[in-house]
Amino acid sequence: MISFGPTEEQAVARDALREFAVKAMRPIARECDEASAIPDSFLQSAWELGLTSTQLPEAFGGAGEARSPVTNALVLEELAYGDASLALAAVAPSLFANAVLDHGTDAQRKALLPLFCGERFHAASLALVEPSPAFDVLGMRTAAEPKGDGFVLSGRKSFVPLGDRASHFLVVARGGVGFGFEALDAFIVPRDAHGLAVSEVEKNLGLRALATTTLTLDRVEVPGSARLGGERGIDARRLVNASRVALAAVLTGLARAVTEYAIPYAKDRVAFGEAIAKRQAIAFALAEMRIETDAMRHLVWKAASQLEHGTDATKAAQLARDYAAEECMKIADNGVQVLGGHGFIREHPVEMWYRNARTLGVLEGTVTL
Amino acid sequence: MIDFQLTQKDRDMLDAVRREALVARTYARFYDENEHEFPPDQLPEAKDFPNVFAMFAGRTADDTGMGVMSMLMTAGQTWGDYSVRMKRGKGGLGNAALRAAGTPAQQQKWNDLTLAMAITEPGCGSDPSAVQMTAVLDGEEWVLNGEKIFVTTGCRAEGVVVWATIDKSAGRAGIKSFLVEKGTPGFVVTHKEKKLGIRADDTAAYVFTDCRIPRANLLGGDETIPKQGSGGFRGVMKTFNMTRPGVAAIGLGIAEAALDFTRDQLREAGIDVEYGAGIAGQTAVVRRFQRLEALFEAAMLSVLHSAWLSDHAKPNNTEASIAKAKGGSAVREITQGCIEILGPLAVSREHLLEKWFRDVRITDIYEGTGQIQRLIIARDILGYSSAELK
Repeated sequence: MISFGPTEEQAVARDALREFAVKAMRPIARECDEASAIPDSFLQSAWELGLTSTQLPEAFGGAGEARSPVTNALVLEELAYGDASLALAAVAPSLFANAVLDHGTDAQRKALLPLFCGERFHAASLALVEPSPAFDVLGMRTAAEPKGDGFVLSGRKSFVPLGDRASHFLVVARGGVGFGFEALDAFIVPRDAHGLAVSEVEKNLGLRALATTTLTLDRVEVPGSARLGGERGIDARRLVNASRVALAAVLTGLARAVTEYAIPYAKDRVAFGEAIAKRQAIAFALAEMRIETDAMRHLVWKAASQLEHGTDATKAAQLARDYAAEECMKIADNGVQVLGGHGFIREHPVEMWYRNARTLGVLEGTVTL
Repeated sequence: MIDFQLTQKDRDMLDAVRREALVARTYARFYDENEHEFPPDQLPEAKDFPNVFAMFAGRTADDTGMGVMSMLMTAGQTWGDYSVRMKRGKGGLGNAALRAAGTPAQQQKWNDLTLAMAITEPGCGSDPSAVQMTAVLDGEEWVLNGEKIFVTTGCRAEGVVVWATIDKSAGRAGIKSFLVEKGTPGFVVTHKEKKLGIRADDTAAYVFTDCRIPRANLLGGDETIPKQGSGGFRGVMKTFNMTRPGVAAIGLGIAEAALDFTRDQLREAGIDVEYGAGIAGQTAVVRRFQRLEALFEAAMLSVLHSAWLSDHAKPNNTEASIAKAKGGSAVREITQGCIEILGPLAVSREHLLEKWFRDVRITDIYEGTGQIQRLIIARDILGYSSAELK
C-alpha cells in the first residue's frame, strides 16, 4: 500500500533526533569543521542514543528492534540536518555493524557485534572507496587472492571514516573473476594486521571534521574466517544499494538545512527598501529548494522501503543517490547565492554546507542504512 | 508505515487501465491529425473490456488510498493517450467547482451535467482577479456580459461554471461563479481553438451577450461582497488544490510513455539501460536517460505525496503546488530529453513521441503556470500574503 506516513515509533525517533541535531550538533559544527576534529564527548553522546545498537539483536546485547532501512533513513536525514560530518562520524560504526549483521556468519556476528553494544563508543569502519580518478565501485582494484585457507589482500582504500581510531576495517575487494557485484567480497581486517598501513587523517574539501584515512594493503594475509559471510560471501549489491540510499538521506538532510537557513535570512535581509525574499528572483529560488528537497526525500523513502522489503533496490537506490547528489549541490549553490557575500564568509554555515554537498555527492560507502 | 508497494488489487486495477490505454493509443494519431473530430464517448472495443471502476468495490483499508490510486489511474490513462478513452466519464472541471462550492440543491440539480469551467479571458489568465466579465442583478435574473477563452471541454460540455464580477470596484472580492446551461439565449460558443498539442481535447471560446440566468444560479448562493482578504476568493481558488496534482499526473502519464518508447528504441539499438555502475561505467546516453527517469520518479512521488495528504485529510496547499510545479517542469524536460537521445528518428510522425512532446507542453501552463505555483509555494514557506509577495 502506498503510504507516506511514518509509524508512531518512527515519528518519535525522528523528532528526538531533530532535537539532538539542533541542540547537540549545530552548536559545535563550525568549531569541529575549523579544528578538523570531533570531540569524544560528542561521539559518546550520539552513542548513547543507541544509533548503532538499537537494531542489533538482543543476543549480542542490542535492543533487538527490527532492522529498518526506512527508520534509518529518517534518522540520517535528521542527523545530517544537524551536521553531515558529525552525522557520518556518529553512524560510522553502524556501517560495520550492519554489514556484519546483514551478511556475516553466526560466528562473525557473535565475535563482533557485542563490540557495538557496550556503553562506550566503539569505532570500526567500512573501506570501500579507492583513490583512483572516476572511481566506480564495480571497477575497484583492491584484490583478494586465495592463499591456502585464507586470502591475501592488496590495494588502497581512501575516505575510510574514523580510520584514525577504528579497531577493525571491513575491506571490500575483488575476490572472484568478472566485473559485477558478484565479484566483490568483504574482509574483516583488524587494525594491527601485518601489511596494513593507515595514513594520517586526510585533508579534504568538505566533511573536514570527519577523520578519514587512506589504507594501504601490502599483501595483508587474513584467514578464511575473515571473509564476511564465509563461503557464501556477501550480497555486495545490497551493501552498495544501502550505502547509496543512506548517502541520499544525508544529502536530503543537508539540503533541508540550507533551505531552512536561507528562508529566515532572506526575510531578514533588506535591499532596496524591502526584504529580499519579497523579490521573485529570491522567492522562486527558495521555492525551488523546497520542491527539490521534498523530491530527494521521496526518492530516498522509496528506495529504503524496497531495501526493507528485501526486493531489488538497485535502480531506486541509484536514482535516489544520483538525484540527491545533483540537486543538493544546486540547493547548496543557491543557498550561497541567496546569502550573497554572507554565503561566502565562514561566519555563516552555508559555505561549509556548499563544500560538504560537493564532497558527499561523490562518495560511496561512508554511511549505510 | 512508509511504503511504496502496490497491493494485488492495486495492480489489477492499474493493469486494467493500461490495457484500455493501449487500445486508446491506436486512435491517438487519427485525432491528432483530424482536429475537427471528437473522439467518441465509447470506443468500439469497449464491449470487450470490463468496467475498471467497478473494481473499486472490494478494496480494503490495506489497499492504497483512493486519492493516490486516482492519480496512478489518471497517469495510466494518459500513458495511452491524452484524450482518447475506452469510455469517457462524465464530468469536467466545472463539476469539481460545483462539488466544492455549490449548495446541496445546486449539486443535486446539476450533478449529472458535464460542466466546463470558464475563467480565462483575452485579458486575464494567471490573474483571475482581473476578470472583466460582468453579472448584473435585474429582478430575479443575473445578466451576463463578457468573453471567455481557453475553456477546456467547452464544446462538449452541457453547462459551464463561469467567473464574473458583480462589482468591479470590489476587486477580487466581487468575483462570483455562475452556472450557465448550454442553450441559454445570449450564450454562444464562438470557436474551437487550434493547438500545439492535446488536439483531440476541445478548447472553446465563449461570448455572453445580455445572457439572462436565474438568480439561483450563483454558485453557493452568497450574493454579499466579502471584505478584502476575508477569504471568499481564496475559497474559490481552493478548488485547484484538488485538481493541480491531477493535472501533473496527466502530464506524467504521457512522459512515462515517452520514456518507455525511448528505452525500447535504445534496446533495439543494442543499448540497455542498466543500473548499478557509477559514472565511469556508463555512456552519456544512458546517464542522460537515467536522469530523465529520476525526474519522472521525483515528480510522480510529489504527486502521490500530495494525494496521500488529501486522502488523510491533511492540509496540502503547498504540496499540491509542489506536485504541479515539479510535474510541469519534469514532463517538459523528459519529453525534450527523449527526443534529444533518440535523434532524428524521434521527430518523425511515424512515431508518437513527437506528439507526446507537443501534448505535455500545456502541463506547465494550464491550472496555474509553473511560475504561479512557485509563487504559491514561496508565499507558504515564507509566511507571506499575496500582497507581501507579488
